[in-house]
Amino acid sequence: MTKKITLPLTDEIIADLNAGDSVLITGAMITGRDAAHKRLFELIEQGKNLPVDINGEVIYYVGPAPAKPGHAVGPAGPTSSYRMDKYTPALLERGLKGMIGKGARSNEVIESMIKNGAVYFAAIGGAAALISKSIKKIEILAYEDLGTEAIYRFYVEDFPAIVAIDSKGNNILSKG
Amino acid sequence: MEIRKIDAYKITETVKKLYTDMNYFIGDDIINALKNAESSETGLIGKNVISQLIENNRIAAEEEVPICQDTGMAVLFVEYGERVVIENGSFEDAVQEGVRRAYIDGYLRKSVVDDPIFDRINTKDNTPAIIYTSIVPGDRIKILAGCKGFGSENMSAVKMLTPSAGIDGVKEFILDTVRYAGPNPCPPIVVGIGIGGTFEKAAMLAKKATLRPIDTSNPDSRYAALENELLLEINKMGFGPAGLGGNNTALGLNIEYFPTHIAGMPVAVNICCHAARHKEAVI
Repeated sequence: MTKKITLPLTDEIIADLNAGDSVLITGAMITGRDAAHKRLFELIEQGKNLPVDINGEVIYYVGPAPAKPGHAVGPAGPTSSYRMDKYTPALLERGLKGMIGKGARSNEVIESMIKNGAVYFAAIGGAAALISKSIKKIEILAYEDLGTEAIYRFYVEDFPAIVAIDSKGNNILSKG
Repeated sequence: MEIRKIDAYKITETVKKLYTDMNYFIGDDIINALKNAESSETGLIGKNVISQLIENNRIAAEEEVPICQDTGMAVLFVEYGERVVIENGSFEDAVQEGVRRAYIDGYLRKSVVDDPIFDRINTKDNTPAIIYTSIVPGDRIKILAGCKGFGSENMSAVKMLTPSAGIDGVKEFILDTVRYAGPNPCPPIVVGIGIGGTFEKAAMLAKKATLRPIDTSNPDSRYAALENELLLEINKMGFGPAGLGGNNTALGLNIEYFPTHIAGMPVAVNICCHAARHKEAVI
């Protein structure tokens, strides 16, 4: 069964999501990957304000391809999440509620997710053209100089994902 | 000796088309392997993931957009006929320009930074491409081009095994590398293996193995049998499509080998995602 969920994620929605659930996400999310995470993390370490308020947000780990004329966005599938692991607990402490990526997370991230009541969704790696159909509008929020790695606002409708790790720490990513 | 003149523009146009085409249109070998995986997949989520990948590849081809947003770093293996002379430019510049034009005009993502440690500033045109050239007899230029995404590239490894490790040591290293990669490299994966040569030769062979269609086998039956055996072992690991469980962790596994030193048995494992993009042209 597929659950339809709307952003922002409330504590009630998060509590109702279990590892293995297929979801269709509608609403506004932010994006960010390696370079943006490094910058956000450094600002947090210095005790400074962030250029984007991440409290209550869901972040999608993505660096989209350029949009063809007439398209809202180019292909935009998930990138590997583990590269963000070093920075993620600090963002969760600042109120980040969800992450969308692909692949495994570290134990530190999972512990921080349980502590802060957050959820990790897996999108399908390499399904970039398909996923981009659910992204209706994008705008740049910060770090425009990073190009594809900038922080964008994505407005999505029925964005397909799977709850990979829920807020209780249940994890369906196969250990092989 | 008769020379053949080729205009640099012809090289640029050829390379540009190779790169846009490989990014929009996945090969028939992958299409067929995904169809087989869809019917053989036992995991419910896994089966659904494969269906979505098939649909994704159809959309990409129909709309002429990239299959994956990571349109990779460009790698080319060139066999350059020694009787060819390039007119109106240099070969190297012509290839780089072809990559540049493909990534800019073809709406492909620019994913290359200028230096690996300090500045990491995007070059904004996906150059430089990495070009391996060998000079061969004849008056043709053969270009085998690939683009390599880094989700899977990061999961690759080289090990300098020694002869006493034997075939069991080779298998163990390959399977350990794939197991360590787990759900990260966008399974179902394509595995390229290079065995022999020197440290860098093994890695180049592994890269080249990822550019060989997966419905082909190594011409040496012993290596072909090893390809089949390793593929079966990988698919018993259970990672499955997108790492969400299932019996299709790899679509194919190709081995390339080369003579090596009496003291050595280098093995390289280059992991590639299901979007194994490559294309060939002869000028």
